[in-house]
Amino acid sequence: MQQTGRQTLPIDGAIELRRELVAHLRENRTALREEWVRRITEAQLLRAMTNQEVFNEATSVYDNYVEALETDTLETLQAYARSLSERIIPRGVETDEVVGIVLLLRDVLARSLFGKYQNNPNKLNRVLDAYEPAANRIANTVAVGFVQERERVISQQQEAIRELSTPVLQVRERLLILPIIGIMDPHRARQLTEQLLRGIRTNRARVVVIDITGVAAMDAAVANHLVQTVEASRLLGADVIVTGLSPEIAQTLVNIGVDLGKMKTMGDLQGGIEVAEQSLGYKVVPTNQSEAVV
Amino acid sequence: MMVPILKQGHVLIATIMAALSDEDMRQFREALLDRVVSSRATAVIIDVMAMDVLDSFATRTLREIAYMTRLRGARTVLVGVQPEVAMTMVQLGLHLEGVATALDLEEGLAYLDRLNRRR
Repeated sequence: MQQTGRQTLPIDGAIELRRELVAHLRENRTALREEWVRRITEAQLLRAMTNQEVFNEATSVYDNYVEALETDTLETLQAYARSLSERIIPRGVETDEVVGIVLLLRDVLARSLFGKYQNNPNKLNRVLDAYEPAANRIANTVAVGFVQERERVISQQQEAIRELSTPVLQVRERLLILPIIGIMDPHRARQLTEQLLRGIRTNRARVVVIDITGVAAMDAAVANHLVQTVEASRLLGADVIVTGLSPEIAQTLVNIGVDLGKMKTMGDLQGGIEVAEQSLGYKVVPTNQSEAVV
Repeated sequence: MMVPILKQGHVLIATIMAALSDEDMRQFREALLDRVVSSRATAVIIDVMAMDVLDSFATRTLREIAYMTRLRGARTVLVGVQPEVAMTMVQLGLHLEGVATALDLEEGLAYLDRLNRRR
């Protein structure tokens, strides 16, 4: 893109023109910057930020923009776009706003060029030839930088949610519970199994209660994942008790003919924990009763 | 490669130190069964902690060992299966039904202890 932008122009002319362009933008920095901020406010963009903040950011963007035009390198601008995105994404700035402000800047600068070379259409054409490709590239860089940063944040959050959504908890020595809430997909099932196996090893668990009260629906694939989780746990020497199968899920499983014979199941979490405690040799007794016995 | 088989009371403990070829696996099975007979052991613990892979042949052999020792009146406990190995095995559909499992050697011995007490 950089290459073609240059090839359409005679080499010496292009550099000359660009220098002239940058000089013009530097000269009118204050006026153009203010015009840009005015247009941003008018278009009601960046409303999550105060006017002062918008003005400060606009100044930095403007300077970086001019620098990128002058040096024809995008590295500094890319870095700036990334740090800008990091700052404004948590404040709820949307993609269309960022694209909007960059396009506005492009428009403001183009208009000032129109104004300057209005009496010399030939020169205006050549200046625009030099300006347009560079300006497009810059707009592109900032927008892409923003979207990439956003995607990074989103995938980070997804990962965090997944981690949070499969807690492996120890309720007694050698007894773990794993409440599953939400949708089970193959990726999550795998992650869940890995986490559980790790938990079994670090806690030296002998019994695990998997509670699926919070699982809304289950199909053959998910049921098979569950069977695999149970088998893998058993290979590490831990018994698994599955609790909280809703009547709907029980019916689905019977209908699709999934073999749950390998699984121990109990109606609810309480029942599961009671069975688990029994097999571990625990006995829960109300204190008053045990005192009476003593 | 030889698999050392140690005797501890009535329990035989076999620790597989590294990946075994199919031929090694077969020899191990013969040696272990001979020891069960000659030592009159009542339980066998096989430790596979050092194995990164348990393929279909190894799984089948372990299952066979468990069945055969049971015919001689001894129980088999498989210990030390690594989490990654367990994941791979269930994904490949390899089962060890009828073979008792425990986390490690200590847990395996504790399991046998509990069984004896219940008797």
